[in-house]
Amino acid sequence: MIYLQLFLGFLKVGLFSFGGAYSAIPLIRDIVQEYGWLSDEMLTHMIAISESTPGPIMINLATYVGASQAGILGAALATVTVALPAFLVILLVVTLLKNALENKYVQAVLKGLVPCVIGIILATGAYMTFQSCVPMAGDLAVDVSAVIIVAALTAAMIGCKAWRKKKLSPIMLIVLSALLGLFVY
Amino acid sequence: MGNKLKKLGELFLTFFKIGLFTFGGGYAMLSVIEDNCSEKKKWITHDEMMYVTVIAESTPGPVAINCATFTGHRVAGVAGAVAATLGVILPSFIIIYAIATLLDNFLEIALVAKAFKGIKAGVSLLILSVGTNMLKKMDRGIRARIIAACAFCAMLLINIFSWNISSIVLMLLAGAVSLAIFLIGDKRKGGEAA
Repeated sequence: MIYLQLFLGFLKVGLFSFGGAYSAIPLIRDIVQEYGWLSDEMLTHMIAISESTPGPIMINLATYVGASQAGILGAALATVTVALPAFLVILLVVTLLKNALENKYVQAVLKGLVPCVIGIILATGAYMTFQSCVPMAGDLAVDVSAVIIVAALTAAMIGCKAWRKKKLSPIMLIVLSALLGLFVY
Repeated sequence: MGNKLKKLGELFLTFFKIGLFTFGGGYAMLSVIEDNCSEKKKWITHDEMMYVTVIAESTPGPVAINCATFTGHRVAGVAGAVAATLGVILPSFIIIYAIATLLDNFLEIALVAKAFKGIKAGVSLLILSVGTNMLKKMDRGIRARIIAACAFCAMLLINIFSWNISSIVLMLLAGAVSLAIFLIGDKRKGGEAA
């Protein structure tokens, strides 16, 4: 049963993650909550680990969720499933449907999908940031330490862009947030 | 036959190395794939590389898988596609599987737990900043802006009230609305021409 759930869940992720790894995060959040596999807390830990280890982030997350729920078989199943749609779509595009992506109807659908994905990612990021500052939504208890970390990281991101003319890399951001966690909590 | 096997082995090893040494996800991987497969091995041309990138952006799934499948297929057909794709996946799989078995014990260390509390805030901000960057590069048309704004509000409401609606529903809706607008526009243009 768990294998079927892993297969269906990650098939959804593989089929609907347009635009790179971060578009998969709201989808993975959907399925791990639906089946009660991981808390938001564990999911953010795994996103950090996936960013800081080599390889595609989506593959890393699939392997972890699969392993945590059903051992090595679950990990293999989730990983292969999340890669399957991308694999098949490319084979289709290069063999049978050479011009499918230039088709005007396909283009029209994509024109709606892309902005929608951006809105979904922004909302997920905004909500998760809010949630780490106010963990108990019910009684609005503010986690002051988290607010300090969010403020410090935002300052670091803006400062880095202003002075070094470069964006703060994801790995640097994660290292910085880990150090801040050690000092503030 | 021997030649083909050698090619498959070479594809597998090259993509295994790419998977093992590229940090930062699919887009970071694109430049490494270009360097290895186009500059060094001459498996695909620079133009083909650009073409795969465009396809990867408009198809679902990990970008690295799209590229590995395309290159593998170009070099050695479907078997090549399988070899390259497995090669790029395997390092991640091994590393994350090892981490998964150790993580729970690791998190029990008090210092690590504190660091991960900080990381939780960091990752949320990271998602937000990736979204902001995508927004900056987005098509500036009014339709795209309205769809992005609607999706943002809808997703926020879904999260706040814990509604049981998948983000997939929003994506299907956005695709359908965009197609409908296009079809109506198409018809109107057709009418004027006639």
